[in-house]
Amino acid sequence: MSEQLNVPTMEQYMAEGKQPEILFWVGSAGSYDDRAKKITKAFVKILNKANVDFAVLGAEESNTGDVAKRAGNEFLFQMQAMMNIEVLNAYEVKRIVTCDPHSFNCLKNEYPSLGGNYDVIHHTQFIKELMSSGRLSTEGQTYKGKRITFHDPCYLGRANNEYDAPRDVLKTTNATLTEMKRHKSTALCCGAGGAQMFKEPEKGDMDINVLRTKDALETKPDIIATGCPYCNTMMSDGVKFNEKEGEIQVLDIAELIANDQ
Amino acid sequence: MEYIPNILFAIILVLGIGYFARNVKRLIRNIKLGREVDTSDNTSERWRNMIRIALGQSKMVKRPVAGILHIIVYIGFVIINIEVLEIIIDGIFGTHRIGLTVLPESVYGFLIGAFEVLAVLVLLAVIVFWTRRNVVKLKRFLSAEMTGWPKNDGNIILYFEVVLMCLFLVMNATDTTFQEANSGNIISQFIAPWFGDNADTLVIIERTAWWLHIIGILIFLNYLYFSKHLHILLAFPNTYYGSVEPKGKFNNLEAVTNEVKLMMDPNADPFAAAPEGTEEEEPAKFGASDVMDLNRVQLLSAYTCTECGRCTSACPANLTGKKLSPRKIMMDTRDRLEEVGKNIDANGGEFKDDGKQLLGDYITNEELWACTTCNACVEECPVSINPLSIILDMRRYLVMEQSAAPMELNNMMTNIENNGAPWPYNQMDRLNWAKEE
Repeated sequence: MSEQLNVPTMEQYMAEGKQPEILFWVGSAGSYDDRAKKITKAFVKILNKANVDFAVLGAEESNTGDVAKRAGNEFLFQMQAMMNIEVLNAYEVKRIVTCDPHSFNCLKNEYPSLGGNYDVIHHTQFIKELMSSGRLSTEGQTYKGKRITFHDPCYLGRANNEYDAPRDVLKTTNATLTEMKRHKSTALCCGAGGAQMFKEPEKGDMDINVLRTKDALETKPDIIATGCPYCNTMMSDGVKFNEKEGEIQVLDIAELIANDQ
Repeated sequence: MEYIPNILFAIILVLGIGYFARNVKRLIRNIKLGREVDTSDNTSERWRNMIRIALGQSKMVKRPVAGILHIIVYIGFVIINIEVLEIIIDGIFGTHRIGLTVLPESVYGFLIGAFEVLAVLVLLAVIVFWTRRNVVKLKRFLSAEMTGWPKNDGNIILYFEVVLMCLFLVMNATDTTFQEANSGNIISQFIAPWFGDNADTLVIIERTAWWLHIIGILIFLNYLYFSKHLHILLAFPNTYYGSVEPKGKFNNLEAVTNEVKLMMDPNADPFAAAPEGTEEEEPAKFGASDVMDLNRVQLLSAYTCTECGRCTSACPANLTGKKLSPRKIMMDTRDRLEEVGKNIDANGGEFKDDGKQLLGDYITNEELWACTTCNACVEECPVSINPLSIILDMRRYLVMEQSAAPMELNNMMTNIENNGAPWPYNQMDRLNWAKEE
């Protein structure tokens, strides 16, 4: 990504006495993980392209506590949540967009009862919104005719019933969308959720991401599209396990859209 | 002497219903061992869920073969039971087919005809079910937890249904008045010839079938409490009390909120005496290690589970050979709850510590840590059971009461505590990505 990204912080907005249209919650993976950072940058590219007045918290952002909560550490979760809520409320944040369905779910559903009430959306929903309001469009050339299969993230799909936004956005690339046998509400988890990302799996006869990648490979895809940084890692590893990394790309929807400008 | 059958009938009826009522009371008491949970919200949505999911069987048909067959058995069961009403009236008052007297013959014929058709459909469905369990050997009926009693239970229920349906048809076929009226004997007219035309024999067979039918129904009713089959009743309250929130929303523990607020309040005095009236309160236990720590909806769900295994067959951990099975979580919860209930009964209404608990004695840490919290089990359950909520509550106990998380998770959590990310990166570097090429 050679072009300069414009990433203003809330602090800068505050200093100028302005409010951005939306806060981009980058999340821990999006901030530090090398693969996820590419997704973050692709999404910023989209935001810049659509002239979205956005800001990030930068060093003032801290982990949502989602993964601690799912690991059973409610204390740590609530500590993190209350710290973040203090920052978000101090900046009078109204609307939040994030590329991580786990942050999305946590901010949207679990922060309100602790005093954090925001309109939280997933980046695929925001991209769809930008497209339908005419602020963003795709060329429809880069992926024309390519076979793309979308892997539903659990925390976007089953957890929050959003199955259409990612698919609607993908359609604009003119790619051929194929569905895995398990999709939407019956989609199989990539294996990373519930803090599994940070530990070795229990004894079994297969890793979950390998099974899920098998589902994807059955659709003979050129690209496996994801909407979650953790799913992206798991599916990439699954593709490598099958030695298909030469033929099949695993890309986030933000990357697909950013590449098709 | 002529009232003996009536009296006998009334006694059997009272015994059958009375014993069932006793067990229902026990069931309610056991459920109330759980923590209270506020379910007074969203009343209309809750009713809608119950009507759609339990009454309307909306989630059953997601798997069409089992779903449609199940609907046949369900409708058959509900409708044929109207016939039981007639049996009870006849039994108590010594009448014979009171319906024929009070209803126009065509209406009565239509009703019984419908029952007979349904009885045959139920028989066919039950045969398919039996075949799926015992011949086709569907994977989800062969899991480790489905041996012994759970396996036999599944089959016994099917045998019960076969016997009850056959008795109903035989009863109709050998009832000469009913056959002579020739209205509604759609199926039984073809069975009638098998029993010959000796009037005395027919009466004996008819009476025997009639008595066995009603006794069978009462036995079946009382079998429910000991069986996974309780779902025919509990599916209704369970879908009512089931969550009306997005599946991703996990509850925030209030006890934790209070402590965290205290910790974050710069003016709070940690050594201050508890406010008046709260002194006697035991410190809250975080999470669940036994059934009493779970909430009442979770315990109701444990009794509601009919062990169909749709949850387990969709669980990513289970599909990849891990020990976790969401169905087993529910079965273990019920087994332990029953054990606690029996303990209370044996000790004069008071639970005596038996040195056992749900965690460890029934559900292992290995199972709990295999869960990805993906909600596939919750999505699959046709009666709104949430095994994930129990897994989460038990993880909470492991982490907050026992500090017993796997080491890698402890490292991850220490990182979050220290630098606000699951990895050991400096929080001040959180925006570095924006400057990197």
